Amino acid sequence: MSGILWHLANVAGVLGVLLTLAGALIMVERRLLALWQDRYGPNRVGPFGLLQVAADMIKIFTKEDWIPPFSDKPVFIIAPCIIMGTVLMSFAVIPFAPAVGVADLDIGLLFFLGMSSLGVYSVALAGWSSNNKYALLGGLRATAQMLSYEVFMALSLMGVVMLAGSFNLRTIVNAQQHMWFCIPQFLGLVVFTVAGIAETHRVPFDLPEAESELVAGFHSEYSGMKFGMFFVGEYLAITLISALIVTLFFGGWQGPILPPLVWFALKTAVLICGFVLLRASLPRLRYDQLMSFGWKIMLPVALLNLLITGAIVVARH
Amino acid sequence: MNAVFYIAAAVAVVSTVMVVTRANAVYALMYLIVSLLSVALIFFVLGAPFIAALEVIIYAGAIMVLFVFTIMMLNLGPKAVHQESQWLSGRMWIGPSILVAVLIGEMLYVLWGGEHPVEGRHIVEPREVSLALFGPYIMIVELSSMLLLGGLVAAYHLGRRVRGDVKEPKS
Repeated sequence: MSGILWHLANVAGVLGVLLTLAGALIMVERRLLALWQDRYGPNRVGPFGLLQVAADMIKIFTKEDWIPPFSDKPVFIIAPCIIMGTVLMSFAVIPFAPAVGVADLDIGLLFFLGMSSLGVYSVALAGWSSNNKYALLGGLRATAQMLSYEVFMALSLMGVVMLAGSFNLRTIVNAQQHMWFCIPQFLGLVVFTVAGIAETHRVPFDLPEAESELVAGFHSEYSGMKFGMFFVGEYLAITLISALIVTLFFGGWQGPILPPLVWFALKTAVLICGFVLLRASLPRLRYDQLMSFGWKIMLPVALLNLLITGAIVVARH
Repeated sequence: MNAVFYIAAAVAVVSTVMVVTRANAVYALMYLIVSLLSVALIFFVLGAPFIAALEVIIYAGAIMVLFVFTIMMLNLGPKAVHQESQWLSGRMWIGPSILVAVLIGEMLYVLWGGEHPVEGRHIVEPREVSLALFGPYIMIVELSSMLLLGGLVAAYHLGRRVRGDVKEPKS
């Protein structure tokens, strides 16, 4: 009985923390961007502007949720749910600490890859169902981008799988007791980080929603809480990619003195700030540059990493 | 677990029927995705988690995305839906129905004497799958990789721009 209760507490805790975090990240991102761009950012509402998030939340919940009459209604509604669903499901396999985490799947890493490939439907269907040229172009770009970057995202992780000998994320964390995988799998780390940014379509890979050319890309027609779900989905995806990089390359919960959960949160927070710094400092790529960068540079690098890791693993046996 | 199997199987059957009967191509594809996901769940319940994950990643996550992508590019309107629904009516159901009836008959015959599909399962780990693929079946893996490479080269050849035909964007 207590086992079931502990499990339920885990699920509720993970969900609660994640949804709060997604809201808090809006604030963190705005303040950090302001800091790096040498301005103040939101600092008027409440102490240090902390209540700005609450104000934004109230605004987005009470806004009119308009569904365009020319759109495909059921698909239009399902699309934002898919991104939230797939990202939140992916968190189920993340091991936050030795006893904290929702599911302990033997195919944990594959589960994440499956969920991230299902997430593509969200942007594709959102773009299609809006029945709007800008949205359709944004959806097409997003689909092509995510499909291409998924290929070497999966390939870059196989080096880690080879070293740990398992798809289970807990086993992978335990295999990093002596050395974090960021050292032997440095190429894998670089490729996975780039692919992760592209999967979450953040700057410099935010072509699908490039506001200078496509209005807002696939979510041009979305308003109110449906737009909010895309927005929250993006922040959750950033958290997910950061948490995965920590799990796969930076030893997960492992670290001296502090409790495991604190280590995990600290490492993830540093990576999230890194994501924000990227947004603050890099310009947007052109679309053909993005595609040729993916296929002509990242894919060969991922394959090379796979080849070298495979050779070393075979040689050591 | 038996209940999970039967529910997933029912979802698979219903969604596959919906794939055939939808006139709008995007709806049909969405039902096909649901069908593939429920088949993945069936694999999982039957003790093949690795195959279940591959089903989601490759079929539902990659191949079907390409289908959706193509349909989006064509951007079919209400005219195509009308045309499609005209094709679906009438006598074209007779042939497939007979074939399906034969398959159902065979399945019933097998179920009559055979074992229960869910019980007596044994969980197949990713390790076992790869040992089988790169052990006794290595020739098939290599042959299919040659086939894929051939397809890739052919696609590149077909998609290649002839020099001077269209100005290529600088990258």
